[in-house]
Amino acid sequence: MTPRWKFWLIGGLLIAVLAAAIYFPILRRRVKRAAKLQQQSEEQARRELTQPIVINPGDPRVKTKLFWASDTIDSTLVPVTVELPLSNDPVLRSKQVLNTLLAGPVDAELRTLPPDALLLAFYLLPDGTAIADFSEALATSIPSGIVSEQLAVNSITRTLEANVPQVQRLKILIHGQEVETLPDIWIWRKHLSSTRSRLNRRRSPRQRNPAGTNRRRQRRIRRLLRLPDR
Amino acid sequence: MVSPSQAPSQTQQPAAGTPPAASPPATSPQGGVAGSGGSAFGAQAQQAGLNIVVLDPAHGGTDPGARGTGGIRESEIVLDLVIQVRRALELQGFQVVQTRQGNENPSFDDRSATANAQRGAVFVTLHISSTGLPGTARVYVNSDLPPVADSNGLIPWDRAQAPFLGLSRAFGDVVQGYLTQRFKGSPDAAQTASVRQLRTTAAPAIAVEISSVTVEDRADLDRMAPGVADAIARGAAAFKPSYVVPNTRGALP
Repeated sequence: MTPRWKFWLIGGLLIAVLAAAIYFPILRRRVKRAAKLQQQSEEQARRELTQPIVINPGDPRVKTKLFWASDTIDSTLVPVTVELPLSNDPVLRSKQVLNTLLAGPVDAELRTLPPDALLLAFYLLPDGTAIADFSEALATSIPSGIVSEQLAVNSITRTLEANVPQVQRLKILIHGQEVETLPDIWIWRKHLSSTRSRLNRRRSPRQRNPAGTNRRRQRRIRRLLRLPDR
Repeated sequence: MVSPSQAPSQTQQPAAGTPPAASPPATSPQGGVAGSGGSAFGAQAQQAGLNIVVLDPAHGGTDPGARGTGGIRESEIVLDLVIQVRRALELQGFQVVQTRQGNENPSFDDRSATANAQRGAVFVTLHISSTGLPGTARVYVNSDLPPVADSNGLIPWDRAQAPFLGLSRAFGDVVQGYLTQRFKGSPDAAQTASVRQLRTTAAPAIAVEISSVTVEDRADLDRMAPGVADAIARGAAAFKPSYVVPNTRGALP
Protein backbone atom coordinates (compact mmCIF):
# COMPACT_ATOMS: atom_id res chain seq x y z
CA MET A 1 0.00 0.00 0.00
CA THR A 2 1.42 3.38 -1.03
CA PRO A 3 1.55 6.33 1.37
CA ARG A 4 -1.11 8.05 -0.81
CA TRP A 5 -3.56 5.20 -0.15
CA LYS A 6 -2.79 5.33 3.57
CA PHE A 7 -3.59 9.03 3.55
CA TRP A 8 -7.00 8.47 1.88
CA LEU A 9 -7.83 5.56 4.18
CA ILE A 10 -7.04 7.49 7.34
CA GLY A 11 -8.90 10.52 5.99
CA GLY A 12 -11.94 8.39 5.20
CA LEU A 13 -11.93 6.83 8.66
CA LEU A 14 -11.70 10.24 10.28
CA ILE A 15 -14.62 11.50 8.24
CA ALA A 16 -16.65 8.38 9.24
CA VAL A 17 -15.87 8.91 12.95
CA LEU A 18 -16.81 12.58 12.65
CA ALA A 19 -20.06 11.74 10.88
CA ALA A 20 -20.88 9.13 13.52
CA ALA A 21 -20.16 11.62 16.31
CA ILE A 22 -22.62 14.04 14.76
CA TYR A 23 -25.23 11.46 13.75
CA PHE A 24 -25.42 9.32 16.92
CA PRO A 25 -26.85 12.02 19.22
CA ILE A 26 -29.42 12.85 16.51
CA LEU A 27 -30.28 9.15 16.17
CA ARG A 28 -30.62 8.82 19.95
CA ARG A 29 -32.99 11.78 20.06
CA ARG A 30 -35.07 10.27 17.24
CA VAL A 31 -35.29 6.87 18.98
CA LYS A 32 -36.40 8.56 22.18
CA ARG A 33 -38.99 10.58 20.30
CA ALA A 34 -40.26 7.47 18.52
CA ALA A 35 -40.59 5.59 21.80
CA LYS A 36 -42.51 8.47 23.31
CA LEU A 37 -44.76 8.65 20.27
CA GLN A 38 -45.43 4.89 20.48
CA GLN A 39 -46.32 5.24 24.15
CA GLN A 40 -48.68 8.08 23.36
CA SER A 41 -50.26 6.07 20.55
CA GLU A 42 -50.89 3.12 22.87
CA GLU A 43 -52.46 5.41 25.43
CA GLN A 44 -54.44 7.14 22.71
CA ALA A 45 -55.62 3.81 21.30
CA ARG A 46 -56.69 2.66 24.75
CA ARG A 47 -58.54 5.90 25.30
CA GLU A 48 -60.26 5.52 21.95
CA LEU A 49 -61.26 1.98 22.82
CA THR A 50 -62.56 2.93 26.22
CA GLN A 51 -64.04 6.31 25.45
CA PRO A 52 -67.31 6.82 27.31
CA ILE A 53 -70.33 5.46 25.55
CA VAL A 54 -72.10 8.34 23.88
CA ILE A 55 -75.48 8.71 25.46
CA ASN A 56 -78.05 9.15 22.75
CA PRO A 57 -80.47 11.89 23.83
CA GLY A 58 -83.13 10.15 21.75
CA ASP A 59 -83.06 7.13 24.06
CA PRO A 60 -85.87 6.99 26.61
CA ARG A 61 -84.92 8.52 29.96
CA VAL A 62 -85.30 5.90 32.65
CA LYS A 63 -84.80 5.89 36.39
CA THR A 64 -81.46 4.19 36.90
CA LYS A 65 -80.36 2.74 40.23
CA LEU A 66 -76.66 3.12 40.89
CA PHE A 67 -75.14 1.55 43.98
CA TRP A 68 -72.58 3.62 45.84
CA ALA A 69 -71.34 3.57 49.43
CA SER A 70 -73.70 4.74 52.13
CA ASP A 71 -72.74 7.90 54.00
CA THR A 72 -74.66 6.85 57.10
CA ILE A 73 -74.05 3.12 57.56
CA ASP A 74 -70.44 2.01 57.44
CA SER A 75 -69.44 -0.46 54.69
CA THR A 76 -72.84 -0.74 53.04
CA LEU A 77 -74.22 0.19 49.65
CA VAL A 78 -77.24 2.36 48.95
CA PRO A 79 -79.08 2.80 45.65
CA VAL A 80 -79.07 6.30 44.20
CA THR A 81 -81.72 6.88 41.55
CA VAL A 82 -80.80 9.10 38.61
CA GLU A 83 -82.57 9.65 35.29
CA LEU A 84 -80.45 8.64 32.33
CA PRO A 85 -81.18 8.14 28.65
CA LEU A 86 -80.46 4.42 28.35
CA SER A 87 -80.36 2.25 25.27
CA ASN A 88 -82.66 -0.73 24.96
CA ASP A 89 -79.74 -2.84 23.74
CA PRO A 90 -78.54 -4.75 26.83
CA VAL A 91 -74.83 -4.50 25.97
CA LEU A 92 -74.93 -0.77 25.28
CA ARG A 93 -77.16 -0.25 28.32
CA SER A 94 -74.71 -2.18 30.53
CA LYS A 95 -71.81 -0.09 29.25
CA GLN A 96 -73.77 3.10 29.91
CA VAL A 97 -74.65 2.22 33.50
CA LEU A 98 -71.17 0.89 34.29
CA ASN A 99 -69.49 3.98 32.89
CA THR A 100 -71.83 6.16 34.96
CA LEU A 101 -70.97 4.05 38.00
CA LEU A 102 -67.25 4.43 37.26
CA ALA A 103 -67.67 8.20 36.90
CA GLY A 104 -68.66 8.14 40.55
CA PRO A 105 -71.13 10.00 42.75
CA VAL A 106 -71.06 13.73 43.48
CA ASP A 107 -69.44 13.03 46.85
CA ALA A 108 -66.13 11.40 45.93
CA GLU A 109 -65.89 9.78 49.37
CA LEU A 110 -68.84 7.55 48.48
CA ARG A 111 -67.07 6.05 45.47
CA THR A 112 -66.85 2.29 45.39
CA LEU A 113 -64.60 2.05 42.33
CA PRO A 114 -61.22 3.69 41.76
CA PRO A 115 -61.42 6.92 39.72
CA ASP A 116 -58.79 5.68 37.25
CA ALA A 117 -60.55 2.37 36.53
CA LEU A 118 -61.93 1.93 33.00
CA LEU A 119 -64.37 -0.46 31.41
CA LEU A 120 -62.43 -1.91 28.49
CA ALA A 121 -65.02 -4.27 27.05
CA PHE A 122 -68.38 -5.78 27.81
CA TYR A 123 -69.91 -8.90 26.28
CA LEU A 124 -73.22 -10.63 26.87
CA LEU A 125 -73.57 -14.32 26.07
CA PRO A 126 -76.91 -15.81 25.02
CA ASP A 127 -77.31 -17.60 28.39
CA GLY A 128 -77.30 -14.28 30.27
CA THR A 129 -73.66 -14.44 31.31
CA ALA A 130 -71.99 -11.06 31.03
CA ILE A 131 -68.24 -10.57 30.82
CA ALA A 132 -66.95 -7.19 31.93
CA ASP A 133 -63.31 -6.43 31.25
CA PHE A 134 -61.85 -3.63 33.36
CA SER A 135 -58.46 -1.92 33.40
CA GLU A 136 -55.86 -2.91 35.95
CA ALA A 137 -56.78 -0.07 38.29
CA LEU A 138 -59.85 -1.99 39.37
CA ALA A 139 -57.60 -4.65 40.88
CA THR A 140 -54.76 -2.46 42.11
CA SER A 141 -56.35 0.81 43.25
CA ILE A 142 -59.10 -0.54 45.50
CA PRO A 143 -58.09 -0.11 49.17
CA SER A 144 -56.86 -3.44 50.52
CA GLY A 145 -59.40 -5.36 52.57
CA ILE A 146 -62.35 -7.69 52.28
CA VAL A 147 -64.86 -4.89 52.95
CA SER A 148 -63.65 -2.53 50.24
CA GLU A 149 -63.16 -5.27 47.63
CA GLN A 150 -66.62 -6.63 48.34
CA LEU A 151 -68.18 -3.16 48.13
CA ALA A 152 -66.53 -2.57 44.76
CA VAL A 153 -67.70 -5.83 43.23
CA ASN A 154 -71.15 -5.62 44.81
CA SER A 155 -71.68 -2.11 43.46
CA ILE A 156 -71.02 -3.43 39.94
CA THR A 157 -73.19 -6.53 40.25
CA ARG A 158 -76.10 -4.81 42.00
CA THR A 159 -76.11 -1.91 39.52
CA LEU A 160 -76.24 -4.34 36.58
CA GLU A 161 -78.85 -6.45 38.32
CA ALA A 162 -81.07 -3.42 38.91
CA ASN A 163 -80.85 -1.98 35.41
CA VAL A 164 -80.18 -4.73 32.88
CA PRO A 165 -82.61 -7.61 33.37
CA GLN A 166 -81.01 -9.66 30.58
CA VAL A 167 -77.80 -10.04 32.61
CA GLN A 168 -78.06 -12.98 34.96
CA ARG A 169 -74.44 -13.68 35.79
CA LEU A 170 -71.24 -11.69 35.63
CA LYS A 171 -67.64 -12.58 35.17
CA ILE A 172 -65.13 -9.83 35.85
CA LEU A 173 -61.84 -9.77 33.99
CA ILE A 174 -58.89 -7.45 34.38
CA HIS A 175 -57.24 -6.68 31.04
CA GLY A 176 -58.79 -9.82 29.61
CA GLN A 177 -57.36 -12.03 32.33
CA GLU A 178 -59.02 -13.87 35.18
CA VAL A 179 -58.02 -12.58 38.59
CA GLU A 180 -57.47 -15.12 41.31
CA THR A 181 -58.97 -12.99 44.04
CA LEU A 182 -62.19 -12.47 42.11
CA PRO A 183 -64.65 -15.33 42.08
CA ASP A 184 -65.17 -17.41 38.99
CA ILE A 185 -68.51 -15.94 38.31
CA TRP A 186 -71.05 -13.83 40.13
CA ILE A 187 -74.56 -15.14 40.22
CA TRP A 188 -77.36 -12.78 40.99
CA ARG A 189 -79.38 -13.18 44.15
CA LYS A 190 -82.55 -13.39 42.12
CA HIS A 191 -81.09 -16.31 40.18
CA LEU A 192 -80.20 -18.04 43.42
CA SER A 193 -83.51 -17.18 45.04
CA SER A 194 -85.40 -18.66 42.10
CA THR A 195 -83.44 -21.88 42.61
CA ARG A 196 -84.12 -21.70 46.31
CA SER A 197 -87.81 -21.04 45.84
CA ARG A 198 -88.07 -24.28 43.88
CA LEU A 199 -86.41 -26.07 46.77
CA ASN A 200 -88.54 -24.24 49.33
CA ARG A 201 -91.81 -25.39 47.79
CA ARG A 202 -91.36 -28.62 49.67
CA ARG A 203 -90.71 -26.88 52.96
CA SER A 204 -93.17 -25.60 55.50
CA PRO A 205 -94.30 -21.93 55.44
CA ARG A 206 -92.41 -21.40 58.70
CA GLN A 207 -89.20 -22.53 57.02
CA ARG A 208 -89.80 -20.15 54.12
CA ASN A 209 -90.29 -17.16 56.39
CA PRO A 210 -87.02 -15.17 56.22
CA ALA A 211 -87.84 -13.09 59.30
CA GLY A 212 -88.32 -16.33 61.20
CA THR A 213 -85.04 -17.62 59.83
CA ASN A 214 -83.25 -14.50 61.06
CA ARG A 215 -84.86 -14.82 64.49
CA ARG A 216 -83.84 -18.47 64.67
CA ARG A 217 -80.31 -17.52 63.61
CA GLN A 218 -80.14 -14.85 66.31
CA ARG A 219 -81.53 -17.32 68.91
CA ARG A 220 -78.95 -19.91 67.88
CA ILE A 221 -76.14 -17.38 68.27
CA ARG A 222 -77.43 -16.30 71.69
CA ARG A 223 -77.78 -19.92 72.79
CA LEU A 224 -74.21 -20.70 71.70
CA LEU A 225 -72.97 -17.58 73.46
CA ARG A 226 -75.02 -18.62 76.51
CA LEU A 227 -76.91 -15.32 76.55
CA PRO A 228 -80.52 -15.09 77.81
CA ASP A 229 -83.22 -15.10 75.11
CA ARG A 230 -84.68 -11.67 74.37
CA MET B 1 -60.25 -32.07 43.24
CA VAL B 2 -60.29 -32.68 46.94
CA SER B 3 -61.86 -35.37 49.04
CA PRO B 4 -63.57 -33.82 52.03
CA SER B 5 -63.16 -36.69 54.41
CA GLN B 6 -59.93 -38.34 53.46
CA ALA B 7 -56.71 -36.61 54.31
CA PRO B 8 -54.10 -36.53 51.55
CA SER B 9 -50.72 -38.05 52.32
CA GLN B 10 -49.15 -34.63 52.76
CA THR B 11 -50.08 -33.43 56.21
CA GLN B 12 -48.85 -30.43 58.09
CA GLN B 13 -47.61 -31.17 61.54
CA PRO B 14 -48.55 -28.74 64.26
CA ALA B 15 -45.75 -26.29 64.82
CA ALA B 16 -43.35 -26.69 67.69
CA GLY B 17 -44.31 -25.14 70.97
CA THR B 18 -47.64 -26.86 71.39
CA PRO B 19 -47.95 -27.96 75.00
CA PRO B 20 -48.43 -31.73 75.00
CA ALA B 21 -51.19 -31.49 77.58
CA ALA B 22 -53.15 -29.12 75.40
CA SER B 23 -53.16 -31.40 72.37
CA PRO B 24 -55.88 -34.01 72.13
CA PRO B 25 -53.69 -37.07 72.64
CA ALA B 26 -55.79 -39.65 70.86
CA THR B 27 -56.41 -37.86 67.63
CA SER B 28 -54.23 -37.90 64.56
CA PRO B 29 -54.34 -35.20 61.91
CA GLN B 30 -54.87 -37.90 59.28
CA GLY B 31 -58.28 -38.52 60.65
CA GLY B 32 -60.21 -40.78 62.88
CA VAL B 33 -59.42 -41.63 66.43
CA ALA B 34 -56.17 -43.47 66.89
CA GLY B 35 -56.63 -46.92 68.35
CA SER B 36 -60.37 -46.99 67.80
CA GLY B 37 -60.07 -49.58 65.09
CA GLY B 38 -61.97 -47.42 62.64
CA SER B 39 -60.86 -47.24 59.04
CA ALA B 40 -61.44 -44.42 56.63
CA PHE B 41 -62.19 -47.05 53.97
CA GLY B 42 -64.50 -49.11 56.11
CA ALA B 43 -68.24 -49.13 55.68
CA GLN B 44 -68.75 -48.36 59.34
CA ALA B 45 -69.15 -44.64 59.74
CA GLN B 46 -66.90 -43.39 62.48
CA GLN B 47 -67.38 -39.91 63.84
CA ALA B 48 -64.57 -37.46 64.38
CA GLY B 49 -64.91 -34.04 65.94
CA LEU B 50 -63.26 -30.70 65.63
CA ASN B 51 -59.77 -30.81 67.06
CA ILE B 52 -57.55 -28.77 64.75
CA VAL B 53 -57.68 -25.09 63.93
CA VAL B 54 -55.76 -23.93 60.87
CA LEU B 55 -54.72 -20.30 61.26
CA ASP B 56 -53.88 -18.31 58.16
CA PRO B 57 -52.09 -14.99 58.62
CA ALA B 58 -52.96 -13.29 55.32
CA HIS B 59 -50.43 -11.88 52.85
CA GLY B 60 -46.69 -11.98 53.69
CA GLY B 61 -43.45 -11.97 51.73
CA THR B 62 -43.58 -9.50 48.86
CA ASP B 63 -47.27 -8.85 49.55
CA PRO B 64 -47.58 -6.60 52.62
CA GLY B 65 -51.38 -6.38 52.38
CA ALA B 66 -53.00 -3.18 53.64
CA ARG B 67 -50.59 -0.42 54.58
CA GLY B 68 -51.29 2.45 56.93
CA THR B 69 -49.85 5.92 56.83
CA GLY B 70 -47.83 5.22 59.97
CA GLY B 71 -45.97 2.36 58.26
CA ILE B 72 -48.31 -0.30 59.62
CA ARG B 73 -48.26 -3.45 57.49
CA GLU B 74 -51.12 -5.93 57.56
CA SER B 75 -48.82 -8.90 56.91
CA GLU B 76 -46.76 -8.16 60.04
CA ILE B 77 -49.66 -7.46 62.38
CA VAL B 78 -51.57 -10.61 61.48
CA LEU B 79 -48.46 -12.68 62.13
CA ASP B 80 -48.22 -11.21 65.63
CA LEU B 81 -51.96 -11.66 66.10
CA VAL B 82 -51.71 -15.34 65.17
CA ILE B 83 -49.37 -15.97 68.10
CA GLN B 84 -52.02 -14.77 70.53
CA VAL B 85 -54.85 -16.61 68.79
CA ARG B 86 -52.75 -19.77 68.80
CA ARG B 87 -52.12 -19.51 72.53
CA ALA B 88 -55.82 -18.97 73.27
CA LEU B 89 -56.81 -21.95 71.10
CA GLU B 90 -54.26 -24.23 72.71
CA LEU B 91 -55.64 -23.32 76.11
CA GLN B 92 -59.00 -24.55 74.82
CA GLY B 93 -57.36 -27.87 73.87
CA PHE B 94 -57.07 -27.40 70.12
CA GLN B 95 -54.14 -28.30 67.94
CA VAL B 96 -53.08 -25.37 65.82
CA VAL B 97 -51.57 -25.45 62.35
CA GLN B 98 -50.33 -22.27 60.69
CA THR B 99 -50.21 -21.68 56.94
CA ARG B 100 -47.12 -19.54 57.38
CA GLN B 101 -44.69 -19.12 60.23
CA GLY B 102 -42.72 -16.13 59.06
CA ASN B 103 -42.54 -13.50 56.37
CA GLU B 104 -43.36 -15.71 53.40
CA ASN B 105 -46.35 -15.70 51.09
CA PRO B 106 -47.72 -19.16 50.33
CA SER B 107 -50.13 -19.28 47.40
CA PHE B 108 -53.86 -19.34 48.07
CA ASP B 109 -53.92 -22.97 47.00
CA ASP B 110 -51.07 -23.87 49.36
CA ARG B 111 -52.93 -22.24 52.24
CA SER B 112 -56.09 -24.18 51.40
CA ALA B 113 -54.08 -27.36 50.92
CA THR B 114 -52.76 -27.01 54.48
CA ALA B 115 -56.35 -26.97 55.76
CA ASN B 116 -57.60 -29.64 53.37
CA ALA B 117 -54.88 -32.01 54.56
CA GLN B 118 -56.36 -32.02 58.07
CA ARG B 119 -59.34 -33.94 59.37
CA GLY B 120 -61.75 -32.38 61.77
CA ALA B 121 -60.30 -28.92 61.24
CA VAL B 122 -61.66 -25.43 60.90
CA PHE B 123 -59.90 -22.69 58.96
CA VAL B 124 -59.51 -19.10 60.15
CA THR B 125 -57.84 -16.50 57.96
CA LEU B 126 -56.85 -13.25 59.68
CA HIS B 127 -56.89 -9.85 57.98
CA ILE B 128 -56.60 -6.19 58.82
CA SER B 129 -58.63 -3.86 56.60
CA SER B 130 -57.72 -0.45 55.29
CA THR B 131 -61.28 0.84 55.65
CA GLY B 132 -64.12 0.50 58.12
CA LEU B 133 -64.72 1.82 61.62
CA PRO B 134 -61.47 1.47 63.60
CA GLY B 135 -61.78 -0.80 66.62
CA THR B 136 -64.35 -3.12 65.06
CA ALA B 137 -64.00 -6.69 63.81
CA ARG B 138 -65.96 -8.54 61.16
CA VAL B 139 -66.30 -12.19 60.34
CA TYR B 140 -66.86 -13.27 56.75
CA VAL B 141 -67.97 -16.54 55.30
CA ASN B 142 -67.76 -17.26 51.60
CA SER B 143 -70.60 -16.16 49.34
CA ASP B 144 -72.93 -18.81 47.98
CA LEU B 145 -71.21 -21.12 45.54
CA PRO B 146 -72.87 -23.17 42.79
CA PRO B 147 -73.86 -26.65 43.98
CA VAL B 148 -71.21 -29.33 43.96
CA ALA B 149 -71.47 -32.09 41.37
CA ASP B 150 -70.93 -35.09 43.59
CA SER B 151 -70.84 -38.21 41.47
CA ASN B 152 -67.62 -39.75 42.78
CA GLY B 153 -67.28 -38.21 46.21
CA LEU B 154 -64.79 -35.60 45.08
CA ILE B 155 -65.36 -31.86 45.23
CA PRO B 156 -63.99 -29.56 42.53
CA TRP B 157 -61.05 -27.69 44.03
CA ASP B 158 -62.47 -24.24 43.36
CA ARG B 159 -65.81 -25.23 44.89
CA ALA B 160 -64.36 -27.00 47.91
CA GLN B 161 -66.11 -24.66 50.33
CA ALA B 162 -69.59 -25.28 48.90
CA PRO B 163 -70.63 -28.25 51.13
CA PHE B 164 -69.28 -26.49 54.23
CA LEU B 165 -71.04 -23.14 53.82
CA GLY B 166 -73.72 -23.92 56.41
CA LEU B 167 -71.14 -24.97 58.98
CA SER B 168 -68.95 -21.99 58.12
CA ARG B 169 -71.89 -19.68 58.71
CA ALA B 170 -72.65 -21.29 62.08
CA PHE B 171 -68.99 -21.04 63.11
CA GLY B 172 -68.76 -17.47 61.81
CA ASP B 173 -71.89 -16.37 63.66
CA VAL B 174 -70.54 -17.63 66.97
CA VAL B 175 -67.15 -15.98 66.55
CA GLN B 176 -68.83 -12.76 65.40
CA GLY B 177 -71.07 -12.89 68.47
CA TYR B 178 -68.05 -13.00 70.80
CA LEU B 179 -66.27 -10.27 68.81
CA THR B 180 -69.32 -8.00 68.98
CA GLN B 181 -69.45 -8.41 72.75
CA ARG B 182 -65.86 -7.14 72.87
CA PHE B 183 -65.79 -4.59 70.07
CA LYS B 184 -68.82 -2.34 69.95
CA GLY B 185 -69.91 -1.30 66.49
CA SER B 186 -69.10 -4.69 64.99
CA PRO B 187 -71.95 -6.47 63.15
CA ASP B 188 -74.23 -8.93 64.96
CA ALA B 189 -73.71 -11.84 62.58
CA ALA B 190 -71.15 -13.04 60.06
CA GLN B 191 -71.24 -11.37 56.65
CA THR B 192 -70.82 -13.04 53.29
CA ALA B 193 -68.04 -12.08 50.91
CA SER B 194 -65.97 -13.70 48.24
CA VAL B 195 -62.70 -14.47 49.99
CA ARG B 196 -60.25 -16.39 47.85
CA GLN B 197 -58.68 -18.35 50.72
CA LEU B 198 -62.09 -19.65 51.80
CA ARG B 199 -63.33 -20.79 48.38
CA THR B 200 -60.88 -23.68 48.04
CA THR B 201 -61.04 -24.81 51.65
CA ALA B 202 -62.86 -28.07 52.36
CA ALA B 203 -63.66 -27.31 56.00
CA PRO B 204 -65.71 -24.81 57.97
CA ALA B 205 -63.83 -21.63 57.12
CA ILE B 206 -64.08 -18.00 58.17
CA ALA B 207 -62.19 -14.78 57.60
CA VAL B 208 -61.75 -12.39 60.51
CA GLU B 209 -60.98 -8.82 59.50
CA ILE B 210 -60.06 -6.13 61.99
CA SER B 211 -60.41 -2.41 61.25
CA SER B 212 -58.02 -0.91 60.42
CA VAL B 213 -54.48 0.00 59.39
CA THR B 214 -55.56 3.65 59.34
CA VAL B 215 -55.10 3.94 63.11
CA GLU B 216 -52.33 6.38 63.97
CA ASP B 217 -50.65 4.12 66.51
CA ARG B 218 -50.05 0.43 66.00
CA ALA B 219 -50.71 -0.07 69.71
CA ASP B 220 -54.43 0.48 68.99
CA LEU B 221 -54.44 -2.70 66.93
CA ASP B 222 -52.21 -4.58 69.38
CA ARG B 223 -54.72 -3.82 72.15
CA MET B 224 -57.41 -5.59 70.11
CA ALA B 225 -55.37 -8.79 69.77
CA PRO B 226 -56.27 -10.46 73.11
CA GLY B 227 -59.99 -9.85 72.53
CA VAL B 228 -59.81 -11.23 69.00
CA ALA B 229 -57.84 -14.25 70.17
CA ASP B 230 -60.29 -14.96 72.97
CA ALA B 231 -63.31 -14.59 70.66
CA ILE B 232 -61.89 -17.03 68.10
CA ALA B 233 -60.92 -19.57 70.78
CA ARG B 234 -64.26 -19.38 72.55
CA GLY B 235 -66.05 -19.46 69.23
CA ALA B 236 -64.22 -22.61 68.17
CA ALA B 237 -64.99 -24.24 71.52
CA ALA B 238 -68.68 -23.32 71.26
CA PHE B 239 -68.83 -24.56 67.66
CA LYS B 240 -67.05 -27.84 68.42
CA PRO B 241 -70.12 -29.87 69.50
CA SER B 242 -72.00 -29.00 66.32
CA TYR B 243 -69.22 -30.15 63.98
CA VAL B 244 -69.18 -33.89 63.49
CA VAL B 245 -67.07 -35.21 60.64
CA PRO B 246 -68.30 -38.41 59.02
CA ASN B 247 -65.44 -40.82 58.63
CA THR B 248 -66.78 -42.52 55.54
CA ARG B 249 -64.86 -41.92 52.36
CA GLY B 250 -66.47 -39.27 50.20
CA ALA B 251 -69.08 -38.36 52.79
CA LEU B 252 -69.92 -34.70 53.10
CA PRO B 253 -70.87 -32.87 56.27
